[in-house]
Amino acid sequence: MGDYTFRFSKSEKRLVAVLIIIPMVLLFIGVYGGLMQTLFRAGIIQSDPFVGGDYYKGLTFHGVLNAIVFTTFFAVAFGNALIPYSLKKNLNVKVAWTSGILMLVGSVMAAIVILMGEATVLYTFYPPLKAHPLFYIGLTLLVVGSWVASANWVPMYLQWRKENEGKKTPLAVVGMFTTFIVWFIATLAVAVEILFMLLPWSLGWVDEINVMLARTLFWFFGHPLVYFWLLPAYVMYYVFMPKLAGGKLYSDMAGRLVFMMFIVFSVPVGTHHQYMDPAISSQWKLLHGIFTFAVALPSLITAFTLAASLEHAGKLKGAKGLFGWMWKLPYFKKENWFFAYLITGLIIFIFGGIGGIINASYQMNTVIHNTAWVPGHFHLTVAGPVMLAFLGGSLYLVGQFLNKTIRLKTWAMIAPYIYTIGLLIMSYGLKIGGLMGMPRRTNTGASYANPDSVLYQADWMPYIDLTVIGGSIMFVGIVIYIISFFTTVFSKSNGPEEDAVVTFPISEPLHDEPSTWLRNFKPYIIIAIILIVLSYTPVIYDVLQATYGGSLPFSPDSPVPLR
Amino acid sequence: MDNSEKLALGLSGLLLVLFFGAIMYAAVAKDIDVPTCITDMDPFVTDTLFQTGPDTYELQMVARMWAFQPSTVRLPVGSTVDLYVTSQDIIHGFKVEKHNVNLMAIPGAINYMRVTFNEPGEYMYACHEFCGAAHHTMAGRFIIEEDIDEPEMDGGSL
Ligand code: HEM
Ligand SMILES: [Cu+2]
Ligand SMILES: [Cu+2]
Repeated sequence: MGDYTFRFSKSEKRLVAVLIIIPMVLLFIGVYGGLMQTLFRAGIIQSDPFVGGDYYKGLTFHGVLNAIVFTTFFAVAFGNALIPYSLKKNLNVKVAWTSGILMLVGSVMAAIVILMGEATVLYTFYPPLKAHPLFYIGLTLLVVGSWVASANWVPMYLQWRKENEGKKTPLAVVGMFTTFIVWFIATLAVAVEILFMLLPWSLGWVDEINVMLARTLFWFFGHPLVYFWLLPAYVMYYVFMPKLAGGKLYSDMAGRLVFMMFIVFSVPVGTHHQYMDPAISSQWKLLHGIFTFAVALPSLITAFTLAASLEHAGKLKGAKGLFGWMWKLPYFKKENWFFAYLITGLIIFIFGGIGGIINASYQMNTVIHNTAWVPGHFHLTVAGPVMLAFLGGSLYLVGQFLNKTIRLKTWAMIAPYIYTIGLLIMSYGLKIGGLMGMPRRTNTGASYANPDSVLYQADWMPYIDLTVIGGSIMFVGIVIYIISFFTTVFSKSNGPEEDAVVTFPISEPLHDEPSTWLRNFKPYIIIAIILIVLSYTPVIYDVLQATYGGSLPFSPDSPVPLR
Repeated sequence: MDNSEKLALGLSGLLLVLFFGAIMYAAVAKDIDVPTCITDMDPFVTDTLFQTGPDTYELQMVARMWAFQPSTVRLPVGSTVDLYVTSQDIIHGFKVEKHNVNLMAIPGAINYMRVTFNEPGEYMYACHEFCGAAHHTMAGRFIIEEDIDEPEMDGGSL
């Protein structure tokens, strides 16, 4: 079977390339911040040697650039590539560029105020710490830009449905729409938080803010945010990976079911980040805990379906026995470098998934909440499977959309393995440190890890040192990747632009069930809305009822309020 | 879906139900719960410690940039403490080493948890939410001793 190709317009290609390349530079700044953090935490440095400023400024741009800016750009670029390709329809380029420009302007604005030290509020921007208003405006533009991008796909999809009555929507399209449906619902809450609470308060139009309410709105957004990161990676796992492994997707229906379950259960779970908060009754926390367990189910289905698909691929290559297929997969084939990014991510996700269930387990959260365990955990999810899939996807997209052959393929293939080794070491250090009580978001180098301090904790030191070792190895992995990426970007293209077509490794299903009950988003969106209303009404009621007084804004540098 | 898939789906669901059962068992049979909504407590701005029974105490703790008040609490072995925590300025976090107490200290709200100290020793509480430039220096400790007559606390406004 020859691979299906699609001809994108020049303008579309340029847009996708811009949406990948500029955020890649921002990601590199962010990852550099991560390396510095490990050095700060061990007491090796006391201020940032290149960017200047303290631990917390670095932690802010690390979190914002890596986890919010880079991920959002990738999701949009990936949708702009995969949706036209799968539906065989071109984008409305005016709308698409408008969205891209909004996102770029917003991100650069936020990045500048952070690097100037005017927004050291971390990526959660909890009030009453106050950032420069441009930080909030920048994030708003980024989010609005992403809304515009996804709105652009809706008429294409409706048109396609009309022309293809009775046909199943391509799984890639289902996955990308799921991503953006979850994102849209989630960002509504943070839009309310920013536009009606934070922005007027930071501009001085209102004096006080309800901290618990802002925090609750943030986590309404904050948990589905992690699925917004995860879902494009799932699209790559379901749609690309079986084919890259030389096989087929074990079950098409499993993929569709998983995506619909994410629509239903992604949002009514946010209070599991607030298990240790005041002003929310424990029974509502438990309810969000139940839904959190429900949203673990699609990930377990995914683990099974992908393992079955890989087993099928291995057996096609002659694997025998129960586990023989594991040795037949193309782990170290430089021509198949993309597979390396996906398989390393899947292996890491075993640990990420276990950690997630531990965190979600209600009382057990007491042991790990806000300790170093938590960054240990989410580097195994967002900085693991998600980041690796996005890096592999980015390299693939620039190759396709700039019509270039990937350069330094061996480097590109080996980078995810190096990164994975570093990641496992760093996360082990953070997680064990956390179990010993090491707090997260803390410059331990200036107190708990400083032998001259009264707070010195000698038994934490081996684990802090492990994070330095692991973090440095991760950084080396990223540098190797970046070299391959930019060598490709700046290499000569393969002939004239007009002839270039784009292709993706789309897997065929092994079991292609009709799954008529999974063909329409509407019922699932309605169930989601009902669950959200049921689970959030009592939470918001509790918060409004049990809090008193408002908060004036504070800077991170002084205990005296700013007004 | 073929049978192997149905089996996997069923087992996954069963696993989650099992985990959830364990949570419910801990909550109902062992009375291990997470903080809940407190409405019967007047807002407080200074810290206080007082005895409420033979081995029970109530401690009202105030977190602020960048200290806990009190920063040292001395109590006899076997003390049970009703711990109320709030913040005077921005968000802080409070977790007692080796004990199941973990509370967010949030301005405009009161958080509560009960803790019992059965072993003598020193138990640090380090602030675990970013609260500004000196966040990493914000910590205190419980000192639990075999024989003390008077419970006491330092670094507070008492
Ligand atoms: C060389 C690679 C990396 C290193 C060495 C690294 C290291 C770290 C360290 C030491 C922390 C701080 C822990 C704390 O004080 O709580 C941290 C936080 C964080 N990292 Fe990374 N990281 C890396 C890559 C990434 C990537 C690729 C992402 C992508 C999403 C990411 C997302 C985050 C986030 C969201 C936080 C939390 C920030 C916060 O608590 O406000 N990191 N990282
Ligand atoms: Cu969550
Ligand atoms: Cu703090």
